[in-house]
Order: sequence, then C-alpha cells, then structure tokens
Amino acid sequence: MTDDIILCGVGGQGTILASKLLASAAMGRDLPVKTAETIGMAQRGGSVLSHVRIGEGAASPLIGTRRASLIIAFEPAEAVRQLAFLRPGGTVVVSDRPIVPASALVGGPAYDVEAVMAYLRKRVERLVVVDADAAARDLGSAKCLNVVLLGAAVRSGALMLTADDIAEAIRRLVPERFQDLNARALAYAR
Amino acid sequence: MHTEFLMGNEAIALGALAAGVNVVAGYPGTPSTEVLETVAKRKGGQTYVEWSVNEKAAMEVAAGAAYAGARTLVTMKQVGLNVASDPLMSLAYIGVKGGMVVLVADDPGPISSQTEQDTRTFAQYSKLPCFDPSGVADAYAMIQDAFKLSERIGSPVLLRPTTRVDHGYESIKVADQDEWRVHQPEGFVKDPSRWVIFPRLSVVNHAKIEARNAQLSETLSDSRDNFVLPGAGEAARVGIATHGISYQYVRENLDEANHPSVLRVGTPFPFPERKAVQFLEGLDEVLCVEELDPVIERALIAVCGKFGLSTKIRGKLTGDIQPSGENTVESVGKAIACFLGSEPAAEVAPAEADPAPQLPVRPPVLCAGCPHRASFYAVKKAMGKRKTIYCGDIGCYTLGNAAPLDMVDTCLCMGAGINIAQGVFRVEPDTTCFAFVGDSTFFASGITGVVNAFYNQANLTLVVLDNSTTAMTGHQPHPGTGRTMMGEVVQKVSIEAVLRAIGLTTVETVNPLDHKHAVETVRRVADEPGVKAIIFKSPCVVLARPQSSSRVDATACIGCQRCIHELGCPALSLKGGKATIDETQCSGCTLCEQVCPVGAISGGERL
Ligand SMILES: Cc1ncc(C[n+]2csc(CCOP(=O)(O)OP(=O)(O)O)c2C)c(N)n1
Ligand code: SF4
Repeated sequence: MTDDIILCGVGGQGTILASKLLASAAMGRDLPVKTAETIGMAQRGGSVLSHVRIGEGAASPLIGTRRASLIIAFEPAEAVRQLAFLRPGGTVVVSDRPIVPASALVGGPAYDVEAVMAYLRKRVERLVVVDADAAARDLGSAKCLNVVLLGAAVRSGALMLTADDIAEAIRRLVPERFQDLNARALAYAR
Repeated sequence: MHTEFLMGNEAIALGALAAGVNVVAGYPGTPSTEVLETVAKRKGGQTYVEWSVNEKAAMEVAAGAAYAGARTLVTMKQVGLNVASDPLMSLAYIGVKGGMVVLVADDPGPISSQTEQDTRTFAQYSKLPCFDPSGVADAYAMIQDAFKLSERIGSPVLLRPTTRVDHGYESIKVADQDEWRVHQPEGFVKDPSRWVIFPRLSVVNHAKIEARNAQLSETLSDSRDNFVLPGAGEAARVGIATHGISYQYVRENLDEANHPSVLRVGTPFPFPERKAVQFLEGLDEVLCVEELDPVIERALIAVCGKFGLSTKIRGKLTGDIQPSGENTVESVGKAIACFLGSEPAAEVAPAEADPAPQLPVRPPVLCAGCPHRASFYAVKKAMGKRKTIYCGDIGCYTLGNAAPLDMVDTCLCMGAGINIAQGVFRVEPDTTCFAFVGDSTFFASGITGVVNAFYNQANLTLVVLDNSTTAMTGHQPHPGTGRTMMGEVVQKVSIEAVLRAIGLTTVETVNPLDHKHAVETVRRVADEPGVKAIIFKSPCVVLARPQSSSRVDATACIGCQRCIHELGCPALSLKGGKATIDETQCSGCTLCEQVCPVGAISGGERL
C-alpha cells in the first residue's frame, strides 16, 4: 500500500519544504519514498504541484488522476484545480485563505472564493478546512502554514506517518531558530 | 555506500563525481541546472567546475579538457544543444581521449522550454551514443556507464534525462566520497593527424563511426540498460516498448497476472537490434509508448523490415499514442487499455448539474519589486502612443508580455531580439525599435547581435536589463557578477565598456526604480540615430532581499486603482474599494508610490 499525496498551492507558499518534510519523515520510518516537484517558471506565482508517494510498490514518482489518497491544498482554488487526482473516499486538507492573482484584478477570470469553498464542501466527503488567518494570528506568523497543514493531515488519519515522525523531520530539516515555531505549528489545532 | 534522498539531477552529479570527473562546464537551463550546481557543492579537489557564457563555450572547454585526457561533463537543457551543436557535430568526428558525457535535459510538455525537441533524434543525427534513464537510481548508474563507454570508444556520449527524471526524488544508494574513482589525466599529446579536422580525416573517421555504431548495437543488446520484463497471462502475446519516465507510467498500469511483455530501451542510439529481435519474436503486436519523437517505434519498424518480421508496430505513427506533449500515468493507462482491447475503467464524470466554479488563472508573473517591471513601465510611459516594436528575449523579463505591461512583442530564442529588431527596422524604418536583453543573455549571445546591428547601420535602442544575475534559472553568476563557480571573486566584465568598445557612443546607465529619470532618459535616447543603449541596473529582489515594505494610507487612497492597473504587481490588490499591499510579498521598491496620483503609498526604500 502507498500513501499517494498531492501538495498544491501557489509558487512561494512552501509546498516544496512540506514535501521534503513528508519524505524525510517517511525515510525516518524506513519507508521508500518518491517525489516529484514543480521547478522553473511556475515558481513565479504560478500553480505548483508536488507529488509524494510513500510505501512499497510505487514505480512512477507521479500520481495518476483518481489515485491520490490525500490532497494537501495551500489555497482553495488550487484544491479544486487538482481535485481530479483524488481517489474515491480520499481526504482533502485545505487552507481557506485565497491568494488572488493579479490576473483576476486586471481583466482575467474572477475569483469567487465562497463558490470555491462551497464546491469543495459539496464534492469532498472527507474535507478538513484549516483557518489560515486564525492559525497565523494564534501562532504569531503566517510563514508556517505548511506545517499547520501537515499537522491537520496527520490528525485526519489519512497518513501512515505520525506527528512524531514529522516532528523529527522538522528537527532534521528546519533551521534552529524556526524549530519552536514549527513544533507549535505542527501541534496547532482549533 | 550510503543512502541519500536525491533529485535526479543531484544523482547525476554524484554519479559523475563517483566516476572521477575532472572538468564540468555548462550553461543553466531548466530542467538541467541542478546538475552543475550539485557538482559545485559536493565536489572534491580533483574537479574543476564553471558556468560558461553559453553552451557552445562549455562544450569547447570540455572538449579541450577531454583532448588532454580528463573526464569531462557538459550540462545544458535541450535548446542549449542547438547552440552547442556546431562544436559537437565536429567533435563526433574527432573524438576525445578522456571520457566526455554531454548531459542534455529534455522537457516534454514543454514545461519550461521553447521547444519539444528530442535529443534521442539528435543522437541519431550526430551518430553519438545516447543513454535515456527512467528514474533517479537509473540515472546515477547510467552516467557511470556513459563515462566508461565514452572512454572505451573515444567519443562523446549523450545522457538525456527528461524533466520528470531530473526533478523527481528517490532515496538511492550512492558511493561515499572515498570510494570515488580517481582519474589522472594523461595530458595533451600533439598529433595533428588526430586533432585537426580536415575533409580527408572526416572521410576516414565517418566510415569508422558507422562501423563502430554497428558494433555498439551488438554490445548494447547485452547491456543492463536494455531489458525485457516477461509478459504474463493471455496478454503476453503482445508487447510494449518504452523508455524514460514512460517506462514507469507503463509499470503503474500493468495487471500483475495478465500483461504484455515490456522492452525498456535505455540506449535509443545505437539501437539494440538483437535485443529487439528477441523481444519481437512471437509477438503479434507491439505498442510503443514514447514521449517526444517516435524513435523506438521507427527503429522497431526498421527491424521488422530488415529481419522480415510480421509484428505490427503501433504508437505515435498509428495514432495510438499522442504525437506531442507529456505522457501521464493516465494517458498511458488509456493507451494500454485500448491496445489490449479492454475499456479503461469508466471515468466518473463530474455531475453535469455540479460544474466546478470558475477558477482564477495563474500565469507566472514578475515578482513584487522586480526591477524589470519598472524598466518596462518606464519605456511604456516614455513612448506613449508612438509606433514602436518591443523585441523581447528569454529570461524573467519575458514575463513583461503579460497584461497590464504588455511590453514584449516578440520572443524567439536567447539573444535573438536584437537582430529581430534590426530586421523589423529594415522593413519599417518609421517604427521606433527596442530590443530588451537580460545581462546573462547579453553575455550568452547578445554581443554578436549588437555588433551586427551596429556594423550594418541599424536604428534601434538596446535596453539591457541588468539585475546582476541569471534569475530565471535560479540565480546563477555570470561574467558581469564577478563571481565564479569555483568561489573566486574576479574582475567583472562591464557591459557598458563592451558596448562602448563596439562603438556605441550613447550608453546610459540608469536605476529603473527612479521612474521620472528613467522615463526622461528613454525619451532622449530613443530619438538619437543609430544603435544606442540604456542599461537599467538594479538587482533582482530575490537576491537583494530588501527589508522595507510600502503601505497604503486607506484614508488617502481615492480608490482609482491606478497602481493596480498600471503595474500588475502581485503584492497589490483591492480591499473594500481601496488598494492594499501584501506585506509578505512587497519589497518596498517604491514604484507604486511614484505612480499613485495622490501620494497615498509610502514606506518603501528604493534600492
Ligand atoms: C540556449 C538556451 N540556453 C539556456 C536557456 C535557459 N534560460 C532561459 S532564460 C535564461 C537566462 C536569463 O538570464 P538573464 O538574461 O540575465 O535574465 P533574467 O532571468 O535575470 O531576467 C536561461 C539561461 C535557454 N532558454 N536557451
Ligand atoms: S526572480 Fe528576480 S528578475 Fe525574476 S521576476 Fe523575480 S525579481 Fe524579477
């Protein structure tokens, strides 16, 4: 069995560190891991996507549509954009804070975040919504949204990894001065 | 040996180091860039590494070192091979002494490239052996095989991963540093009959190359890089031939108890014919699952013709596989299901009554505070309604094409913009012609363009966007930065001095974030005759990391949205009818402060 995880968001939101943390946590448990990252032009504010596959039996680093067990979305519209990856019965963890691109303000398609959230609520049975603004306020920083989302994903029961596995990965990969903030972010629940 | 979680490109770099590579040269380009960066980070004392000014220079540096017996690696993206193809085509005839691997990263999709060219086809054209890995561990092993083969046959060898292999991660076993091979170059041995290319040498060497490649097709048929997964069940009467990352997509879609036999081709050229014949024996049909060109498909058709086999070969040429673009797990799954005559698992179509809401589009944009935005805006304001053409080029500044700036009318390939502007001027002398070029692009292939335009009496304004880095590909140094990949601080090559040496008399260096002054300069310079230049000099904010940020005084903001609509800065948005600034993105560049008609924005600090 594999945990097939899609992380999605907007360039600059920290999806790559989140996928590194998941990979490191899995390796700490001696589980095989394959990941694939978006690197290049899209990092400049475009939609970004990481694939993380944990466990025996993964050939491709990329996950097929309708095969992801979990989607961790850093942004509501990006969750909808990647929803085709979700397998029936899969879980979506989503931050409710929209990032409105300049294109939506200068004549491109508009962004109705209410409609996007309503659609997610209707379509996804196992949906965990993270209140990103509240988390930023309570934790005193908006920069650890990625770890807040990982914490919510662990608690949703959709991962074979535990909070301790991820805490250890944080100790391995995150610079000393951000350790405390990230530990609190991992445990953060409202 | 130890285990590391590595990106494909990192594994390739570590493989080269384990093979004792002495000289590594390259030019950045997604998805190849991390190979050379990892060499620089992880190398020991026996390895020299450089970012060359372009791929042709890199190829020549590596060739010279390989003439002297060094093991060398050249890195580039696929379009870089177009730039380096002149030395490589001749080098194929001359050969090398030390092992030389030419790493060319292909980009099906394309995801971050101008073209979808296939380096396997280039391998056939140049007659050079080529390796095509399917994953991270595979790439690590193949680069070491490639060095061995190169040294054995005295010829450069190509290694062509694709984006999904370059940027995929796996945990794999790699050699410890003390296990790395130590390669001592013999030095250059004079021999004009070997190192000086003349037609009569090429006559002889061409014949040798053809004989060698026929021989290689034989030996590569036994290589571990070309292998067959035996089929199972009833489906075993047909086969699938595949390569690269598509091999993994095929595996994801195989039913363990009932599947075709699978040929994985790791050396597309010279094609392992004998292996292919063994594979084809007894198969009714074979589906070729490939990305980019139908290289294996054509080779198998040729094998069937040559050996009189009746197997039907299907793939791109029969419309069974999409002719362009990237394959995916599901596109390959569908193709295999159709091939086997079973229907793919029914797609559950989203209920018609429940369509997904409209989603915003997210084209990549210039960062908040990017100096290129200020440069484009200054030219736009200065030219107003004049008849102009803005010839762009390749780099972050290509993003100046997006609304609301809309300042890139053409973009072709690196360095082309200058002479394209010259060509437009020849046909439309009444158009005010601009050519925008980045600093790295200027050094890579802009200088010859300026010489051409100057010598041939063009009338155009060259705008050099000097942000002191190669930003698009992840901030590599270049000759103008005064830093090398060996960590030395060296004399900078001055763009202004180069332009003056060519003969330009007007060369003005301006900070684009000083909007008023920038506009005045553009107006004045554009009206001068001949070729003249403006160098907009201000550092990339990702490197400079300015600490200030601007704020909107909501009581002063009149809600005219001029800042938003003129600049398209991602930090600016609208909240309750007033402009607002996202502090996490804003770098305090002050451009919006200078655009606001009522002075409602303040707090930034201009770099
Ligand atoms: C022949 C070739 N080599 C490499 C690349 C990859 N590439 C794209 S943009 C770029 C350099 C951009 O640097 P610069 O001109 O300084 O502009 P900036 O991104 O800093 O704005 C490179 C190397 C390419 N597109 N074509
Ligand atoms: S990385 Fe630098 S050059 Fe590229 S868009 Fe951002 S600020 Fe501009």
